[in-house]
Amino acid sequence: MRIDCPLCGERPLEEFTYRGDASLKRPTGATADSQSAWSDYVYIRENPKGPHKEHWRHAGGCGAWLVVGRNTATHEISDVKLARPGRGGMR
Amino acid sequence: MKYSLLSLLRQGLKGHADWPRAWREPEPKERYDVIIVGAGGHGLATAYYLAKEHGVRNVAILERGNLGSGNVGRNTTVVRSNYLLNEELPFYEWSLKLWEGLSRELDYNVMFSQRGLLELLHSDADVDAAVRRANAMLLHGADAEILNREQTLKRVPIVDPDNARFPVCGALLQRRAGTARHDAVVWGYARAADRLGVDIIQNCEVTAIRRDNAGRAIGVDTTRGHIAADKIGLAAAGHSSRVAEMAGLRLPIESHKLQAYVTEGVKPLLDKVVTFGVGHFYISQSDKGGLVFGANLDGYNSYAQRGNLPNVETTIEAGVHLMPCLSRLRLLRHWAGVMDMSMDGSPFICKTPVGGLYLNAGWCYGGFKATPASGWCFAHTIARDEPHPLNEHFVLDRFHQGRAIDAKGAGPQPNLH
Ligand SMILES: Cc1cc2nc3c(=O)[nH]c(=O)nc-3n(C[C@H](O)[C@H](O)[C@H](O)COP(=O)(O)OP(=O)(O)OC[C@H]3O[C@@H](n4cnc5c(N)ncnc54)[C@H](O)[C@@H]3O)c2cc1C
Ligand SMILES: [Zn+2]
Repeated sequence: MRIDCPLCGERPLEEFTYRGDASLKRPTGATADSQSAWSDYVYIRENPKGPHKEHWRHAGGCGAWLVVGRNTATHEISDVKLARPGRGGMR
Repeated sequence: MKYSLLSLLRQGLKGHADWPRAWREPEPKERYDVIIVGAGGHGLATAYYLAKEHGVRNVAILERGNLGSGNVGRNTTVVRSNYLLNEELPFYEWSLKLWEGLSRELDYNVMFSQRGLLELLHSDADVDAAVRRANAMLLHGADAEILNREQTLKRVPIVDPDNARFPVCGALLQRRAGTARHDAVVWGYARAADRLGVDIIQNCEVTAIRRDNAGRAIGVDTTRGHIAADKIGLAAAGHSSRVAEMAGLRLPIESHKLQAYVTEGVKPLLDKVVTFGVGHFYISQSDKGGLVFGANLDGYNSYAQRGNLPNVETTIEAGVHLMPCLSRLRLLRHWAGVMDMSMDGSPFICKTPVGGLYLNAGWCYGGFKATPASGWCFAHTIARDEPHPLNEHFVLDRFHQGRAIDAKGAGPQPNLH
């Protein structure tokens, strides 16, 4: 697998570290019934067999956090974007 | 037919042409008391203990491929009980006890070889943590010994004694640990379950779980038609999220892949299982002479039974670092299996929020050793509709309750367990 970093170009897998599902939405606030929203956010995963949006970090390169569209059944990568456009680089 | 010296002699005289089939190949019935989804080690063991311990014999195991084509046929067969926590240790020790009697229990030689497992320790902190774990093991009736550096190197002379980055400071030895023949475990459980009346149905993929108006699971749709059941047990390992989704459940699981490697056969070189503190590397020698080893997960969600090359490189680097003589060997094969990595590295054997539906999942890379106890506990949970004390902590809502069973303290990041 090679990932096409928007800042560095196509680079080998060894330069990247994986975080996981990028489609999760962090709940806002802490209300009486938000406990299950929080435990779902932290622990429950869709875990699809097929297209998956995921966070990778180009740790051995520019350091940017990326959102990679990748198929978990074929490992085919469809698209790569900066997780926060306009804020590449280490910080 | 019971396998015995007599049956061996009798068949031998007939040129071994007359052995009966080890299990039947039945057509699925319309209805069963219990359906088990997935004929890996856990599904087969569950069906066996349902029939044997609980008298539930109207049971079918549905397998989408061939028997043993999942992780049970892909793993590196290490069996041990060197765990730490009260929630997990008694379960794994019970499993080890079942292994010790398994060949006799099943009337099938599973080639369980208690050659001992040496867990190498590389720093004072490592030794302290291992002493703590060894004490936990002793408290729960498992065996454990702490060896010093000389005792360790004497037992595994092929380990590099001068490794500067990861010196050998000692080891945790579990003598009763070892390996077994994975295929024989599949065949032994399949034959024993079949003899008790269980239907093993291969090439039968479950595609949907049917529920009644009250939401209770009442049967499955399969590639070989609809089959009704009072109770359904899921034991689909790496595909647990996919089958649970058929009943509207989302699980605290990610599917990841792990690779295994085997070299060409060589003369006896290593008579123990050895684990290295670097990158989870571990190694043993099979009865055929090949060195069997593995290390870390590939690290990202995957359902492809296909490993990546960077991980081949790091695994072999770790191996050669530990045992320099390995560099002279050629790899024969390597392969990958898809595992159900849970959020705390611990499994599930439990009821689910859906009535009539039971879950066995989350075995990560350590489920082979658990096969007997997992089947034993899952059968109990299904037959009695309540867990056995050995599996009462392996429940789905432990995360919600803040009771994760995370021996390593790695947190909810499955690729780190
Ligand atoms: C490379 C590797 C090395 C390992 N090494 C060890 C080790 O040394 N020690 C150890 O203890 N553990 C080890 N493990 C882990 C162990 O192999 C697994 O935890 C264990 O085998 C999982 O349980 P199982 O045998 O029931 O799984 P499987 O054999 O995978 O059984 C699950 C079955 O479910 C079937 N299935 C899935 N979906 C459906 C469906 N929709 N309908 C019908 N059937 C379905 C699959 O086809 C499969 O046969 C290793 C795993 C791997 C991949
Ligand atoms: Zn980059």
